[in-house]
Amino acid sequence: MPKLTIDGQLVEVPPGSTVLQACEAAGREIPVFCFHPRLNIAGNCRMCLVEVEKMPKPQASCALPAADGMVVHTNSPTVHKARKGVLELLLINHPLDCPICDQGGECDLQDLTLFYGPDKSRFKENKRPVADKYLGPLISTHMTRCIHCTRCIRFLNEIAGVEELGAVHRGEHMEITTWVEAALSSELQGNIIDLCPVGALNSKPYEYRARTWELKKTESIDVLDAVGSSIRIDSRGNEVMRILPRLHEDVNEEWLADKSRFAYDGLKKRRLDVPMVRRDGKLEPVDWKTALAAVAERARGLAADRIAFLVGDQADCETMVLVKELAARLGTPHLDCRQDGAPLETTPRAQYLFNTTIAGIEQADLCLLVGTNPRWEAPLVNARIRKRWRRGGFVVARIGALFDLTYPVQDLGAGPATLEELANGRHSFAERLASVERPMLILGTGAIARPDGAAVLALAHRLAENARLVREGWNGFNLLHTAAARVGGLELGLVPGRGGRDLAGILDGIERGEIELVFAIGVDEIDPKRLEKAFVVYLGTHGDRTAPIASVILPGAAYTEKNATWVNLEGRPQRGRLAVFPPGEAKEDWRILRALSEAMGALVPLDTLARVRERMAELAPQLAEPDRIRRAEWGSFGRPGPVDPAPFVSPVRDYWRTCPISRASAVMAECSALAAARDRAATGTHG
Amino acid sequence: MSGPSLGPKQPYGAMAPDVATFAFTAENLEEAKRILARYPAGRQASAVLPLLHLAQAQHGGWLPKAALDYVADFLGMARIRVYEVATFYDMFNIEPVGRVQVRVCTTTPCWLCGSDAVLRAAREVLGCEPGQSSPDGRFFLREFECLGACANAPVLWIDDHFYEDLTYETARAVLEAVVRGERPKPGPQSGRKGSMPAGGKTTLFEVGE
Repeated sequence: MPKLTIDGQLVEVPPGSTVLQACEAAGREIPVFCFHPRLNIAGNCRMCLVEVEKMPKPQASCALPAADGMVVHTNSPTVHKARKGVLELLLINHPLDCPICDQGGECDLQDLTLFYGPDKSRFKENKRPVADKYLGPLISTHMTRCIHCTRCIRFLNEIAGVEELGAVHRGEHMEITTWVEAALSSELQGNIIDLCPVGALNSKPYEYRARTWELKKTESIDVLDAVGSSIRIDSRGNEVMRILPRLHEDVNEEWLADKSRFAYDGLKKRRLDVPMVRRDGKLEPVDWKTALAAVAERARGLAADRIAFLVGDQADCETMVLVKELAARLGTPHLDCRQDGAPLETTPRAQYLFNTTIAGIEQADLCLLVGTNPRWEAPLVNARIRKRWRRGGFVVARIGALFDLTYPVQDLGAGPATLEELANGRHSFAERLASVERPMLILGTGAIARPDGAAVLALAHRLAENARLVREGWNGFNLLHTAAARVGGLELGLVPGRGGRDLAGILDGIERGEIELVFAIGVDEIDPKRLEKAFVVYLGTHGDRTAPIASVILPGAAYTEKNATWVNLEGRPQRGRLAVFPPGEAKEDWRILRALSEAMGALVPLDTLARVRERMAELAPQLAEPDRIRRAEWGSFGRPGPVDPAPFVSPVRDYWRTCPISRASAVMAECSALAAARDRAATGTHG
Repeated sequence: MSGPSLGPKQPYGAMAPDVATFAFTAENLEEAKRILARYPAGRQASAVLPLLHLAQAQHGGWLPKAALDYVADFLGMARIRVYEVATFYDMFNIEPVGRVQVRVCTTTPCWLCGSDAVLRAAREVLGCEPGQSSPDGRFFLREFECLGACANAPVLWIDDHFYEDLTYETARAVLEAVVRGERPKPGPQSGRKGSMPAGGKTTLFEVGE
């Protein structure tokens, strides 16, 4: 443990630390541009210069290893002079366009110029002109502002694993570019906007739309995948202007996937903002009373077992509490939150959770992917796997479709046959699996959301038992969900009651006329033709797939428009917060269900959010405390049986368009078209 | 009013003609494999410089994008990494230029010793300005940063050979010979041997036992 003296203060830092880290440990703030704690050290901006005794010149503290006995000065006249010089040089070619720059107000260069910047320029020559680059529909560039910190290049190389950005030419001619004017293909590219310490890389959809200081900042949770990333919703008036990641070391670190970051324009398009009732085959806008009465009218005299509830992929827990209570009051057991038809049950909990936890991936030494493409199903889980792989001593193997996951993968097979061999220890990889300390299995929902899903789940369970994935202090069995609502739904027990029908049963029942009234709560991933015959009450946000065939539409609130709880794939309950109000007549979903229950004469007496949450804690005590994971008990699950040899297919065919919000987004549509064009151009070279 | 221009620093496609494909000839492929064998497994990317030189020689003195992509794929490295290397070094041309490369060192030591005269000679003989190809398209003239032969300044670098200790007259003579298709003797043009002192030996008069 090296001991250093920083400005007269003695600090001790772990071996391998840099002088910069030592200074920070001593509470000194060192200005930086190129340094980033999650990226490799570049040492090229020179802003972090400090004075180290016995060294003749100021030293770049970010690149200097801390050594025992160093005496460092961070506040001496030499240091100030050095920093002033560095900043003056950086500003030589930096334009003075702060008043129109999107970064203005949250710019590192602007802030540091306040402290170290010259008050006027001594540079009489022309500034360097640089042509702006095309990086795709998400990132706009203003390359004259670039100070060549190379954070963007390092992020894409190291964290995103997509080597597409580089620095071409040399010295004063250096430019950050793809050089071929092609869009970036990473699904984490939006993060380089946050990393850029100046205004060179900006969000294209947000460009010139707002200034940072006029935005209201609401800390919330993302629901476009099941990772449950921490986000900050920046809004102005009643409009979401942009979405940024928030630090959560155990979930998203400080990154955010592009769909979560850029799909927000979908919140403003195709919205259902007024209740509607179908009259003479046409949906007509009505007031709330009429809409609720229409539902009550249809339900009157209807036997309870002709009513069914389906819950979609982004429903919040409060809404699901109301759904469960209302179904119970109406007396129907036909209730399912598993919109993809995955045969998951509510106990033991371990079968539907990502038990290793996302941060736990970093402790694993082997990862087996079964029927999943984490890069598209959960980009930040994939980034964690890559992070672990980069440290070395980590093997990733896969049973399922080939796809470039940004790290090398050993392919074992395509379908359940390989899984069976491996589960029975007859596959050559089984030895490898048995030889490691902390193996983990990631089972995709694509592997179990199929007719033989229960048997595949049983195989995965057998593999977990035989390969001892679950051992003292380690649970290596993981299910990778794609729907933000699913874990919450399972925790609350939104599965068929005694004698109840599951998703397939409900859909069959509709076809045979045995189910007449279906409450579809944000259900949009089911072929609407299969619902058509029933009287569908659609409670949701977008005119997506189900709304056009609904008999009654009840406009609900999107995730940015309500205070609600979601449980991420690890089983981590997290609270989202209201940033803007729902559009038009739309209301928070649980309130709608509460009013509906009254109209139907089956009152659910949960009148306030606090009461709903109390009831939620009764139904699922593990959800009572936000941001805390209750470890799941291990047990037996799945139903052994014959398996179909068909290969596993990921549920995400098109990363950019997976839910009503992203399907309504014009930005996501552009990304999707680009990805499709790229796939066509590269056919046959995948993987 | 100085400052770099936007001129030739455009992305590919703006300046260079489109060359659809590139592949090593059978002979160069053998050579490339020989070069590759010098590097340990997993470090093949280190061979990028010799392979780019090989590709440039094969393609008439410049590297089209197809050649860079070919080398990148050959070495299994990201294409942008090869673009970075090829644009970093002045020895690689990413636009079509005259086949014979004439480089005049104009860094301080050469400049002090009269590189201006050498450059003037080159301009007159080749009939073009630095950064341009000669009117007949055979030669490409450019100023270069330090060539590392300061003891023999000023220096002219033509293809693979250094011509040193030049004056306006000797530079002209060398260049005119090259234009005629001859291959003048490389090295100092002043008659001294290597970088021995110009006025004869000042030390080491005797050779020891």
